[in-house]
Amino acid sequence: MAENNKNLDLDTFRNRFDQKVERTHWMSLHELADEESFFASVSEEFPQQAVPLQDGVDRRDFVKLMSSSLALAGLAACTVPPEKIVPYVRQPEDIVPGRPQFFATAMTLGGVATGLLVESHMGRPTKIEGNPDHPGSMGATDVFAQASILGLYDPDRAQTVRHLGNITTWTNFLGALGAELKPLKDAGGEGVAILTEPVTSPTLGSQMKAILAAMPKAQWHQWEPHGRDNVLEGSRLAFGGSFASTWYAFDKADVVVSLDSDFLASGPGSVRYARDFMSKRRIRRGTTAANRFYAVETMPTPTGTSADHRLPLKPSDIESFAFALAGAFGVGPGAKLDAAGDAFLKAMVKDLEAARGRSIVIVGNDQPASVHALAHAINAALGNVGTTVFNSDAPDAVPAIGRESLRQLVADMAAGKVKLLLMVGVNPVFDAPADSGFTAALDKVPFRASLSMYYDETGERCHWHVPQTHYLESWGDARAFDGTAAIVQPLIAPLYNGRDPIELFAILADDANLPYDIVRNYWKSQRPAIVFETAWNKWLRDGVIDGTAYVPKPMTVALGAIAPSMRSGDYEISFRPDPAVWDGRFANNGWLQEMPKPITKLTWDNAALMSPATATKLGLVGDRGLPGEGNERNLHLWSRRAPMVEIKVDNRSLKAAAWVVPGHPDGAITLHTGYGRTRGGSVATPKETAKGGGFNAYTLRTFDGLGYAVATVAMTSGDYQLACTQLHHVMPDEREIVRSGTLEDFVKNPALSAAHEGPHSGEMSLYPKWESETGYAWGLAVDTTVCTGCNGCVIACHAENNIAIVGKPQVLVGRELHWMRIDTYYKGGVSSPAMTVNQPLMCQHCENAPCEPVCPVEATSHSTEGINEMTYNRCVGTRYCANNCPYKVRRFNYFQFSDWDTESLKLMRNPDVTVRSRGVMEKCSMCVQRINAARIDAEREGRRIRDGEIRTACQAACPTQAIVFGDVADPNSLVSKLKAEPHSYRVLEEVNTNPRTSYLGAVRNKNKEIAG
Amino acid sequence: MSEPSSQSRFIKPPVIAPGHSFGSITDKISSIVLRKDTPKGWILGFGIAFLFVMGMLYAIGWLLLWGVGVWGLNNPVGWGFDITNFVWWVGIGHAGTLISAILLLLKQEWRTSINRFAEAMTLFAVACAGMFPALHTGRPWFDYWLMPYPNTMGLWPQFRSPLVWDVFAISTYGTVSFLFWYVGLIPDLATLRDRTEHKGLKLVYGLMAMGWRGSAKHWFRYETAYLLLAGLATPLVVSVHTVVSFDFATSVIPGWHTTFFPPYFVAGAIFSGFAMVLTLAIPIRKAYGLEDFITMRHIENMAKVMLATGLIVAYAYVMEVFFAWYSGNTYEKFLSFDTRPNGPFWWAFWALWTCNIAIPQLLWFKKFRTTPWILWILSIIVNIGMWLERFVIIVTSLHRDYLPSSWGMYDPTKYEYMLFFGTIGLFVALLFLFIRSLPLISIFEMRTLLPEASVHHNEEH
Repeated sequence: MAENNKNLDLDTFRNRFDQKVERTHWMSLHELADEESFFASVSEEFPQQAVPLQDGVDRRDFVKLMSSSLALAGLAACTVPPEKIVPYVRQPEDIVPGRPQFFATAMTLGGVATGLLVESHMGRPTKIEGNPDHPGSMGATDVFAQASILGLYDPDRAQTVRHLGNITTWTNFLGALGAELKPLKDAGGEGVAILTEPVTSPTLGSQMKAILAAMPKAQWHQWEPHGRDNVLEGSRLAFGGSFASTWYAFDKADVVVSLDSDFLASGPGSVRYARDFMSKRRIRRGTTAANRFYAVETMPTPTGTSADHRLPLKPSDIESFAFALAGAFGVGPGAKLDAAGDAFLKAMVKDLEAARGRSIVIVGNDQPASVHALAHAINAALGNVGTTVFNSDAPDAVPAIGRESLRQLVADMAAGKVKLLLMVGVNPVFDAPADSGFTAALDKVPFRASLSMYYDETGERCHWHVPQTHYLESWGDARAFDGTAAIVQPLIAPLYNGRDPIELFAILADDANLPYDIVRNYWKSQRPAIVFETAWNKWLRDGVIDGTAYVPKPMTVALGAIAPSMRSGDYEISFRPDPAVWDGRFANNGWLQEMPKPITKLTWDNAALMSPATATKLGLVGDRGLPGEGNERNLHLWSRRAPMVEIKVDNRSLKAAAWVVPGHPDGAITLHTGYGRTRGGSVATPKETAKGGGFNAYTLRTFDGLGYAVATVAMTSGDYQLACTQLHHVMPDEREIVRSGTLEDFVKNPALSAAHEGPHSGEMSLYPKWESETGYAWGLAVDTTVCTGCNGCVIACHAENNIAIVGKPQVLVGRELHWMRIDTYYKGGVSSPAMTVNQPLMCQHCENAPCEPVCPVEATSHSTEGINEMTYNRCVGTRYCANNCPYKVRRFNYFQFSDWDTESLKLMRNPDVTVRSRGVMEKCSMCVQRINAARIDAEREGRRIRDGEIRTACQAACPTQAIVFGDVADPNSLVSKLKAEPHSYRVLEEVNTNPRTSYLGAVRNKNKEIAG
Repeated sequence: MSEPSSQSRFIKPPVIAPGHSFGSITDKISSIVLRKDTPKGWILGFGIAFLFVMGMLYAIGWLLLWGVGVWGLNNPVGWGFDITNFVWWVGIGHAGTLISAILLLLKQEWRTSINRFAEAMTLFAVACAGMFPALHTGRPWFDYWLMPYPNTMGLWPQFRSPLVWDVFAISTYGTVSFLFWYVGLIPDLATLRDRTEHKGLKLVYGLMAMGWRGSAKHWFRYETAYLLLAGLATPLVVSVHTVVSFDFATSVIPGWHTTFFPPYFVAGAIFSGFAMVLTLAIPIRKAYGLEDFITMRHIENMAKVMLATGLIVAYAYVMEVFFAWYSGNTYEKFLSFDTRPNGPFWWAFWALWTCNIAIPQLLWFKKFRTTPWILWILSIIVNIGMWLERFVIIVTSLHRDYLPSSWGMYDPTKYEYMLFFGTIGLFVALLFLFIRSLPLISIFEMRTLLPEASVHHNEEH
């Protein structure tokens, strides 16, 4: 560096620039000229995220924090960038300061894409929305897409190339790789292995083909801990040896049966499926029919709890159930079920028979291949193929059974056959099966490199680690669940000097092109006959490449003899991807970590989830803290401490905190994966503990037991704090907070309620009715029938409104800041609740808001359009408003929760929403910034705001369109129509708060032949 | 005040022990202040109290540094120790005004020996009370926004908010109590000025006595002012705690939304105020040998007031439960029959009923009213009970209200305990300073209680 500073002549620079032609994106000349000093300056500028503030801050930490924040404040305030900066002479054509732009792109999870529209403020992506034109999104998103914006700006992402842990350069890496690769390449690629996630990107696939053509002896392996091995194998079993892609049309299905599938909330196409599925159960005035949904599953999921009938079964029993179901249609060997299961099956089969060609049997990823094969046979037998179920040859690059692929790789590594290993976007040291011996075998590879977003467990065991770009920083392409391809276009140059896989593979394939050109060239080669430039621009703009969807192909089921796996035991451990951190890849995402998980409402941890009866059997109930029969009163005790259980699978054991879940089958325990990280960022593994939250389920997972394992379980000593945001309990008395009923109830009594026959609140006031000066009166309507509780809205609200996370210790105290939460209520018994109702609850925007008159400084007031507004800079923080809120939706900044210091997070924030300080109250504003943006547009065009023009962040994200915002003063608006529905009600109407938010009662289409 | 003592009408125990003259009263009371050496007990007591004050300052410093999060408050429970302590201290402050003003107007001259330190106690209690609302806000440096002050933005406090009413009620109460106490001190300050031999003290007491010479004109104006102040202070006895109770009564939360809170709170305040006067008077009387001035009659009278107000409070508790049942309101019923007696804070609820209803019934017996050490313990129990009352009202109502999904718990932290015990330390420390530097019993008023006072009325100095 010293040398660089001395010799800053033009020639040196020019030489350096010329040496670095392989660079694709760059941010500044500095970076090009002198990478090391740039890294140093970058790491100075983006220090590790400050540890969340906790109760016990000692003097040293305080002084450190103070001095660093002072230093940062100084930096931010008075430093002129070292580069020469040039003001706009002429404003760029498309950019109007203050007005966001939207770009289409796509995010993949498990190789399957969801199309997105990303909001960009002056070049900074700030918010993810779904792409309405993309078949996998239809305008909505899941939690992972919503939270990915935080992933982009995560200051903990790997920021430099590392060699043996030391900071080095990309050039050095290329040099080392080239030297190592050359002799291997000359030998036809013998000893070269590449490990990726399952690849569905057409461009990457073609690159891999090129690499394998150049190095025929090289090995390409694909591994994902929650891959679709069983799905693929099942299709091979069913269709006589060929892989197939299967997708569904839930909008045409009248009867749906799910065998352990969480198709409404996770997995390929779930966003679209949720939309389609719920389109058949929009209960409105006069509705007498809806689709019917039977779910058979172990862990209660958003999907299963949305079902009309849910049968909780142990994993091994689900397999038996599938065989019995197949037997009923004569396509399988059949199986014996217990009485309850048999009754359930009979009623279900009758419904399925009646809906031939209009039904779907769908199977979850973790079910064995045989069950998938049987489902293909059942769907074929029911005539569903071609109407609701579609199959096609899998045109994926090279589909691989990850389990076999990884096994092969480990064997090769252990045998010393692998000389050079490139791992791309994977973390097998953490997530490979416990019996694979991956880590030990890895150490035998003489040259190993990892390209990933975080310097993680795998990265630290590799010679080289290269930071990977975020999808918002890279060019690429990806296919949706139905094959529709989309171009992944970057919105921002790589923040942290990341590289994308295409760039790395280009080097292996001796392709001198940049990723942008590689993607373009691939698609140019696919569409030789068109005017490419026009089409390309359209694809980028629309976010979909037309005509790329799979073409359904009639495939004949040729089922050989299959038998159940016969693995069962007293305790079966079901391994599931975590609803928040998935397989562990999102462990450093604070929004997801703090998201109350569906059903359990746990944050920051996983747990050994079990039924109340199993907990009782294990002796965990009562004094040991878990709720059960007779100690419901001690709710306050079990909100804090959970007892520990020791789970033994073969000779491996794991101690985990136990937690009770209503509706979980007895004799089974669900463990979510992705927790117990040891390296991967300050959120995934906080510095204080040097260990991530939760319990590492991968330590029990084996190649043969990826779905579930048979185990012995025993209570063990110790306890563990679990941060749960909502306690489970049956409603303590006759309070009517949610309304629910069967479709039959709805037909008889559409109000779904016996009570509340008196005048509606608001009509009992001495005060004059609220008048809007502008004529608009904003309100929300939420349909609880279609809400699955997936949390998409919660994370969307986080992103839109700059909501801070508070950390586990603060969640334990009860200070989480979510502006909206999803309250879950059960109906019926604890072991198998007849109904689970989700109630998304945000500020109700009461017309007689109890919070408003009590504020001594008028920091919360009513807008003329009926919004209960919070004026942050007027708030002194008496918390009186929150105390007086019957809905408890107000959130207080007990500490400085918003991170004011981390520079990268500043870029992420929505510039239209204040970042709050310590000591002020905050809450849902009905996305007032979006209302005002629409108002400006409308006023400029001299018109009223159109119905549907404004979509709140929660509404936009919702896959099932459960949330509708609009003008309640306009009787023709959708929200007004929903409020006029007979089963529309307002929560705590009797308190006379007159809320602007209303709910539609939850309706389930029960089959009378099944009790409960 | 210049009336003859009432011994002729009823045979009552004397309010001042026989054998005292003007001189002996003045000597006795002023010597507590003017003695040269500070008693060892005083130094020890003050020292301990001062340590608590230091703890309080530490807790306040930590709070200001990090935010209200250092307390155990959370999203359902936005108020805990802070407002509990506030209401408790305000309640304690009530006895002072009641004794000074109402009993003065009712010509209960037995009040004379206790009114001075009851008033001081009021002032110190109000000072402690005021600290909590000021510190409990998220951004205490903006507390002045609760004051109506002219500003260029034309922003005013929200006059509909009971918290703004609190600001007025408490500040008025504090001001009037201070004036009342100070005006009452003036003749005694002059006495001290005249009796001290220390030049510096002479100057200080002289300045504070504001040129009092004891002329007839002075006395005439003095008595008019004192009566007027008593008249002003009287409605405050009722208004302050009424306004404080509005913080809760005007809300919509079950357990708070109760129309009969104002009288219930006022009775409770007097109950706790008298308990605190007893807690202080019994040991002071013993330590300074003031049994002649604070006689058994005083002690017993105060015990009787406690019994009466305690019964009102007991009635209120029972009625609260009855209303919950009679209203048929799900949430009210759940609170009164489930959350409070059986919930996580069951211990607070039952301890409250024990301390405030069961144990004070002992005061029906003369033996308990006239045995100082028993009465002292009883008064402490009532103080604890009254603190628990506010805790139960505030915390149990908040931690489980309408929506079970957002129920929570409240665990106070060490900073809340430090602040609470710190204010007790501050209160005691201020009392020690008061006892050492000002006459804790009104000298001139005590003199009027002597039989000579009525006979030699014109000769009084």
